[in-house]
Amino acid sequence: MQLTLGPVLYHWKPDIWRDFYYRIADEAPVDIVSIGETVCSKRAPFYADSLPPVVERLERAGKAVQLSSYALVSQERERKAMEALVREARHPVEVNDVSSLAHMDGKPHVIGPFVNTYNEGTARYLASLGATRITLPPELPLESVTAIAAGCPEVIVEVFAFGRMPLAISARCYHARLHKHSKDNCRFVCELDPDGLEVDTLKGEKFLSVNGVQTLSFACSNLLPHLGALREGGVKALRLSPQHCDMAAIARVYRDAVDGRLDIPEAVAECRRIYPDVPFADGFSLGAPGAEWKATFARVNGVEERL
Amino acid sequence: MELICPAGTPAAFEAAVDAGADAVYCGYRDATNARNFPGLNFSYQEMRDAVRYAHARRVHVLVAVNTFPKAGQPELWHRAVDEACDAGADALILADIGLLDYAAKKHPKQRLHISVQAAAANPDAIRFYQQAFGVRRVVLPRVLSVHEIAAVAAATTVETEVFVFGGLCVMAEGRCSLSSYATGKSPNMNGVCSPASHVTYADDGDTMVSRLGAFTINVFRRDEAAAYPTLCKGRFVTSAGEGYLFEDPVSLDAASLLPGLKEAGVTALKIEGRQRGRAYIADVVRSFRQALTDLEAGRPVAASGLKAMSEGQSNTEGAYRKTWR
Repeated sequence: MQLTLGPVLYHWKPDIWRDFYYRIADEAPVDIVSIGETVCSKRAPFYADSLPPVVERLERAGKAVQLSSYALVSQERERKAMEALVREARHPVEVNDVSSLAHMDGKPHVIGPFVNTYNEGTARYLASLGATRITLPPELPLESVTAIAAGCPEVIVEVFAFGRMPLAISARCYHARLHKHSKDNCRFVCELDPDGLEVDTLKGEKFLSVNGVQTLSFACSNLLPHLGALREGGVKALRLSPQHCDMAAIARVYRDAVDGRLDIPEAVAECRRIYPDVPFADGFSLGAPGAEWKATFARVNGVEERL
Repeated sequence: MELICPAGTPAAFEAAVDAGADAVYCGYRDATNARNFPGLNFSYQEMRDAVRYAHARRVHVLVAVNTFPKAGQPELWHRAVDEACDAGADALILADIGLLDYAAKKHPKQRLHISVQAAAANPDAIRFYQQAFGVRRVVLPRVLSVHEIAAVAAATTVETEVFVFGGLCVMAEGRCSLSSYATGKSPNMNGVCSPASHVTYADDGDTMVSRLGAFTINVFRRDEAAAYPTLCKGRFVTSAGEGYLFEDPVSLDAASLLPGLKEAGVTALKIEGRQRGRAYIADVVRSFRQALTDLEAGRPVAASGLKAMSEGQSNTEGAYRKTWR
């Protein structure tokens, strides 16, 4: 089972962003790092200068690098940027919007979680265009994940295992709206919330988080309890999506759990220690509301315990 | 410009045809279409009858098979495509790449449209679908301004269809899992958003609390009209205060933008609302037919005056004007 570090979805200060990836290169036992602005094209210039040295350091550390792309492409400069990315990339591009496929021309690439791969028919078609790996949308239940892996063995199936789940993307920027700025003059206020802006209900239930034009869950996906089922279902890679916590430590926990050095309840407890203030969720995997945490673990005496 | 109207029942279908639609769009009574609500939509036989009714009056029928087939069980979706072709549908409205591939291979002569659920928001995405599956028309996402619609229309040889009236999706359509996060049911997988089966209203002393699954979507005073708790149209709390975080509760009414859309080279105007009754459909269709007649005759187009029929009783021109940009 491979571990993939997904792109940072938030707007982190450039030096923090760079140091995060240096630490991933040095300390995180992940096989693949997908890197590059995915949510808002306006943020991309902040990281542009750091990207080459970061990629170099990741590769020197033995990580395979993928270049992520925009999930929503509407403006002309965004189209051009994606066309240039595909044309110039020396690494596989992670496609997050169907429009980037139009530039691919048979080039090997990977499909990110923002493309709607809901079934084996779509997976096979994407594979026929050169996709070698597909990260499935977070809302897919295990049953569907298994059917896709079985029906499309020619690609590596990856699931969104850890991190706040991306739920929606919009032309509107909610950070700008909340701070009463226009989108064009947003003053990059999303930078104030490196782990997303908490959204509660009027009755105080913790519900969602906002990241500029993107809406994510409040809860953090954690599919460790389903490791066995994922493996049996043909999943070959787990995606860890960066949150504002010690992601190198999260990667070590996942690595140890995958390699059998850490049992699941301990691994989940360890994740909780590393990322303490956000509840875990696995409901999507079971076809339940995505916010729910259903995980149980059967002890040797057969008694089921909640994790 | 063509006027494309919704129908959730055979009665609404006939109302739309009789009120002046150029084409009516509808779907089968199952998870294959994105308005999979109880008591709505068409059996295979009803669809055949509807096509016959429309064709006798020179009106086209567009069949929406625009959810994403369940992995391992594509048969229901394949059957919907085969049935619609066999029934004589003038076009199929599809969103899933695998299903487009199926339809293009199995029914190479059938006209295919890209559903708004495919979120084809720019000329590159449209070109991809055109080259891959020979699609003839794209229903554009509501994220585009009139200016952007014009740019898209100019950059593609695929026909464009845009929404001009009805419920407004705040998020990019077909790319939203908010509903399933709260309920387990999503537009993409189940053809439902914020389904009534998961809605509760609770009396809380002075207020009424609307909930979707385990989450409060809104709280109303006794004298306020309690809107349906569609997730993205709720009131929430952030560090910046409380309010309608994603969108104020309004419907889309782009009637006053019709001249701009015509100028932009748009082929067809689409009205949302397959869940609406026949009287509503007839009124909205008639109003837009009049607006189009005025437009073609070079007369000024009045704002459509359909305010009272709108969700939240107030209208917006939505992203089409982009005052927030």
